[in-house]
Amino acid sequence: MAESALISDRRLEREAAKRRQARRGQAIAVVSSVVVLGGLAAWILTSPGWPVVRETFFSWSEFKNAFPEVLEGFWLDVKIFMVVEVAVLILGLAIALIRTSRAPAIFPIRMLGTVWVDLFRGVPVILLIYLIGFGVPALQLNGLPTEPVVLGGIALTLSYSAYVAEVYRAGIDSVHHSQHDAALAVGLTHGQAMRHVILPQAVRRVAAPLLNDFVSLQKDVALISTIGPLEAYRIAQIIQGENFNYTPLIAAALLYLAVTVPLARVVDRMGGAGAVR
Amino acid sequence: MSAAAPVLEVRGVTKAFGTRQVLRGIDMTVDEHRAVALIGASGSGKSTLLRCIDLLEEIDDGDVFLDGEVITDPAVKPVEIRRRLGLVFQAYNLFPHLTALQNVVLGDRRAHGFSKAEAEERGRVLLARFGLEGREHDRPDNLSGGQQQRVAIARAFSGRPRALLLDEVTSALDPELVGEVLAAVRDLKAEGMTMVIATHEMSFAREVADEVAFLHEGRIVESGPPERVLEQPQRPETRRFLSRLLEAGRI
Repeated sequence: MAESALISDRRLEREAAKRRQARRGQAIAVVSSVVVLGGLAAWILTSPGWPVVRETFFSWSEFKNAFPEVLEGFWLDVKIFMVVEVAVLILGLAIALIRTSRAPAIFPIRMLGTVWVDLFRGVPVILLIYLIGFGVPALQLNGLPTEPVVLGGIALTLSYSAYVAEVYRAGIDSVHHSQHDAALAVGLTHGQAMRHVILPQAVRRVAAPLLNDFVSLQKDVALISTIGPLEAYRIAQIIQGENFNYTPLIAAALLYLAVTVPLARVVDRMGGAGAVR
Repeated sequence: MSAAAPVLEVRGVTKAFGTRQVLRGIDMTVDEHRAVALIGASGSGKSTLLRCIDLLEEIDDGDVFLDGEVITDPAVKPVEIRRRLGLVFQAYNLFPHLTALQNVVLGDRRAHGFSKAEAEERGRVLLARFGLEGREHDRPDNLSGGQQQRVAIARAFSGRPRALLLDEVTSALDPELVGEVLAAVRDLKAEGMTMVIATHEMSFAREVADEVAFLHEGRIVESGPPERVLEQPQRPETRRFLSRLLEAGRI
């Protein structure tokens, strides 16, 4: 109570001015959004082709008809990216550790790590899926997988492990070398320093970009369909081909969004938390 | 005291970073329970010498002995040596993702083989000893500079090192926090800890050190009891250094 008595007129005046400014800003934002989005909607809805597009892309009956099958296919996507994500996390970390190691003895392996990243990050994912999906079975070697789902998963793992390795590496490099010195000074080995001091800090810093790569991976699972597996996109495409209606593709798109958007929100939150730290 | 065996011996140590010669032949002996203060201008090689002793830098020539055993031999495992020494850094270098207690406990658990319970008990006792009771679960960014440096001293001391190396442990602190850190060092000295203390605090060097060594351009140009080196310096380099500190109001 004593404090409120101390609030000066000057302060009240300044706060009122700030509130006026904020209100004006909000008003401008609302009006401009309505104008732009409304204009865009009006432009599309009044286009000559809209009635046809509405029927071929947004047909409710087609949606209801296709959705169960597309959803069933989507479970395959979910299974693939769950397995691939775990494999990518482990493999990416291994490559990053090899690439950041300075031990002269592992020079050849370090070279291999560099080649791995250059190669698998540099080749389009779809090409990699084709090459592995058709190339590996053609070798006719016993013990190698021949199932398209597995081969596609391997191709995605190769590609994304190269990206993720670089994300990890950036994180490891961002931890100041004095932390490594301090870890050695308390008597830890290089490996223990990595495990208990460097990596915990590094992973925290790159958690958001790592999840960002996973958002990307969850969509790219659809590319596996090019070598056969009936996942959501492929099934949607088949139904679309039968009925000459694109609505099943919209159903598939919604399913991908259902997993990528929540993950994107998690990424946002982590980015925010990181900024506060 | 003088009959005690040397804990640390530095013999003819040289070290260059590229073309920059930082240490040009250092000889130094630190007997058990004794404290040697390294003084000298920034860049005179104090930190490098401490890092060389803790095997964080590889020396070019000479040798370092710990308890009479050569430690600068390629056959010696640096990890084993570092477990017998403690090093406190100028910038604390605490592990920011760990609490004060976890910082102290990490070495005991992973390098010295204590169980979690044992290590934590020891860590708690040590933190309390340095006036950090109740701060065990704070992370470094919630501690003041003085508190962080005391955690760092506890961390370096927790492995019961044969010698403690202190690298300008008060240089990064606000003036009003220097005292609490120096008190911790004084406490360890009273317990008989063998120490090498690189410092800019001349009054502290005089109080705690048994010997002061003045480093100039990679050489120890003068050493001896603190009263003699600080009050009746024999060498012109030492006199110049001390008079500059006097002008800056640091003595």
